[in-house]
Amino acid sequence: MSTRARWGKRATFLVGYTLAFAYVFPFFLVFVNSLKLKYDILANPLAIPLSITWENFQQAYTKMNFFRSLTNSIIITVFSVSLLIIFSSMLAYYLARTKTKLTKYIFLVLVASMIVPFQALMIPFMARFAQFVSWNNRGALIFFYIGFGVALSTFLYHGFISTIPTEIDEAASIDGASDMVAFWKIIFPMMRPITATVAIINALWIWNDFLLPRLVLTNETQTLPLSTYLFYGQYSIEYGQAMAGLVLAVIPIVIFYLVLQKQFISGISQGAVK
Amino acid sequence: MKFAGVPLAIFSIVLVVPFVNGVYYTFTDWDGFETTKLVGFSNYAESFQDPTFWSTLRFTALFVVVSLVLVNAVAFGLALIVTSKLKSANFLRTFFFVPNLVGGVVLGVIWQFIFNSAIVALANKYDWELFKQSWLQDTNKAFWALIIVTVWQSSGYMMIVYITGLISIENDVLEASQIDGASPLRTLFTIKIPLMAQAFTIALFLTLRGGFMAYDVNVALTGGGPFRTTELISLHIFQDAFANGNFGTGQSKAVVMFLIVALAALVQVTVSKRYEVQR
Repeated sequence: MSTRARWGKRATFLVGYTLAFAYVFPFFLVFVNSLKLKYDILANPLAIPLSITWENFQQAYTKMNFFRSLTNSIIITVFSVSLLIIFSSMLAYYLARTKTKLTKYIFLVLVASMIVPFQALMIPFMARFAQFVSWNNRGALIFFYIGFGVALSTFLYHGFISTIPTEIDEAASIDGASDMVAFWKIIFPMMRPITATVAIINALWIWNDFLLPRLVLTNETQTLPLSTYLFYGQYSIEYGQAMAGLVLAVIPIVIFYLVLQKQFISGISQGAVK
Repeated sequence: MKFAGVPLAIFSIVLVVPFVNGVYYTFTDWDGFETTKLVGFSNYAESFQDPTFWSTLRFTALFVVVSLVLVNAVAFGLALIVTSKLKSANFLRTFFFVPNLVGGVVLGVIWQFIFNSAIVALANKYDWELFKQSWLQDTNKAFWALIIVTVWQSSGYMMIVYITGLISIENDVLEASQIDGASPLRTLFTIKIPLMAQAFTIALFLTLRGGFMAYDVNVALTGGGPFRTTELISLHIFQDAFANGNFGTGQSKAVVMFLIVALAALVQVTVSKRYEVQR
């Protein structure tokens, strides 16, 4: 290796690590301060705590109703993502395999709808669905996520199904399988890579979403992002508790990411190519 | 058709109907509950007479342009670092992506602590004039605070889009350029970037859309303050409709927002597509 190339490598190494440090430092800061007493935080937010206290975590845990918020987040994310996978894969299969003018237009409308910002709908949306929301707000939220997520998910599946040869469908129907059986037994298992993409992209969005849950959910059904925000607004002076609350809110998704890291990265890059 | 019925019905109920409804409402005297008569363009006229709407539009435009440029520049740089032949590339990639896992609200709250407390405490201790006052108290500095957090948050995601583009380039093309004696910089600009133009189209589209729709970070970091001077368009519409009860103008502004986003995205995609090389 030439000297120049070696220096280039060293520079990349240095810049890379400096940046990596900058990217995680805010999280580190939050964690460090969650272990301190209020006085120590205000005195020097950067210092390593001399005496560690877990009191902040205990208080944050009860105040943000951590277990309930976590359960709500999980319920809403799991149901929305599963239903999105079921519905959009079927819809994409229909649109990709039935070539008529109608399916072409439906597909175009779905693609075009992806550009509509939620803000352009939210006002009439809330007026129209107020009753539905007050009847069952978690159910309503899941229903809304299906409506908002179906376009992108169908689009991703559509691209993938187009690469599966139609001979496979024909073979299944010659063997006497109905459309439904052929789809769920043969086509759907073949789409595992894109299903992973759809699951991860939607799960990240729904898990972290704030605006829609803020409009729809109540205190009893609040998700983790909502609980952190309300918590912070109420107890903004109690920095230690706020920091502990943030740590609690971040931990579940970070664990999930570290376990499924490969799937996350390949999922997003698959989604980006379309 | 049995495959398509349910999802299409939900899509129409949740998206199509409110959209059509919303556009119709802007031409009526809708007050959030009922409409009695058509009023033509008066809601739009009223929206554009609102000086805070104009300042929000300017602030949003500036935010979209600056965040678009910086997010993509940083993301592309990160992608180059991660795809270089560094041993620890995967390790670094993990770190760069982490801010993306966490929702905008949590990030906003974290950075509010950094800007309001951590940096101010340090500045007073070591006498850094620039940071003694919290950046969030000043409109111009708060703008840069929003940009910093946005870049920090979204560059990891766009990095993955660029990595996908970079590794899709065939190795023999790169080897050929090396044999021909092209410098790394030359290879980057004349071979890599043109061959991965599609990744730029996608990343630019996503950041453009994300910039216009930014809400979470805005709410949690500045809350629009000081004095509603750092409200991006999403927050402005939210405040107009849900805090002040102006449903007519709120919805007209939302329709204006939709038109701007659609137009900007259309222009961006058309221009970007022109640079894509057919392989």
